[in-house]
Amino acid sequence: MKTLDVQVWRGDETGGFEKFEAPAQENQTVLDVVTWIQRNADPSLSYRFACRVGMCGSCAMTVNGRPRWTCRTHVSRVAKDGRLKIEPLLNLPVIKDLASDLKPFFDKWNAARGTFEAAIKREDPLVPISPDQPERAAANAAIECINCAVCYSACDMVGWKPSYLGPAALNRAWAAWNDVRNDNRLDVLKAVSDDAGCHNCHSHQSCSEHCPVGLNPTLSIAGLKRATSKALLKGNLK
Amino acid sequence: MIAAKLYLIQRISALLMAPLVIAHLVGIIMAVQGGLTAEEILGRTQGSLGWLCFYSAFVILVAVHGTIGLRSILIEWTPLANRIVDALAAGWLISALILGLRAVVAVTWS
Ligand code: SF4
Ligand code: SF4
Ligand code: FES
Repeated sequence: MKTLDVQVWRGDETGGFEKFEAPAQENQTVLDVVTWIQRNADPSLSYRFACRVGMCGSCAMTVNGRPRWTCRTHVSRVAKDGRLKIEPLLNLPVIKDLASDLKPFFDKWNAARGTFEAAIKREDPLVPISPDQPERAAANAAIECINCAVCYSACDMVGWKPSYLGPAALNRAWAAWNDVRNDNRLDVLKAVSDDAGCHNCHSHQSCSEHCPVGLNPTLSIAGLKRATSKALLKGNLK
Repeated sequence: MIAAKLYLIQRISALLMAPLVIAHLVGIIMAVQGGLTAEEILGRTQGSLGWLCFYSAFVILVAVHGTIGLRSILIEWTPLANRIVDALAAGWLISALILGLRAVVAVTWS
């Protein structure tokens, strides 16, 4: 039987790699391999997943040096020689084994003020929003994020300046800024103009390159830089 | 808001500097045509209000633009606290302004 040579991170930040041999299948994802190890070799292996179809964003890990959604990453695509090195996501604290602590990631979503606050009450008539409206088109392009933190893990800037809000939170802020039904649009601009905000981004596009659902946080962040600069020049941002 | 302001100032200074850089380069190429001597350079610049304004503006823009970039590099690449980075950047800005403007005065004042 053909086997895979798998190195898996064990323990917290101070841990190390443990070697496993797992059966190589014709068709298998990296998550399948991790699950095989947990079920057949070491039940104490900790990792996270839920949907297994690329919707929930919980299965992201570092695979052979790159952050990926493991449930939709086929082994044949990333490990041509049958070798896999699986680690938790970078730029985040490690809870245990392959499970990273996503608290800082989600705290930054809140800090970037990507929340929606309705400008009208539920009794008020609905405001028609045309899908062709430029703001709506921009929001639509940024909205399908699955919160997987792959981009956050791929961003050097987060590594260099740990307070930086990072691509996902800023991408969400861009969608919230472009939602004309949103009552806190100026708060979004204020939040992303902070020391930890969008102006830290170097536009080197590692986030966009790695985003598994094909979003372009770099473009969203460039939009935020334009929007904050315009607001500053108009005197709307103090 | 300081991050947004510094970002904007850096972009605007770059925009203003672009034509000055081109004029500076064209000036160099034209100046070296007839050989390069101190007398020739000083003959052109000394007592010239035009060159005084041109290079004073250039020095101020370079100092501001460069300091903002240097501050980012220090924040990203060193473990220094923000307070210390700001102090170093301010020191750099002042030194660049003093050295640069002193040089401008030296070649344009007669
Ligand atoms: S483009 Fe910006 S947000 Fe994306 S990886 Fe680079 S620095 Fe990070
Ligand atoms: S932007 Fe892409 S990579 Fe980043 S969290 Fe959202 S889906 Fe994941
Ligand atoms: S398990 Fe849900 S996205 Fe991979």
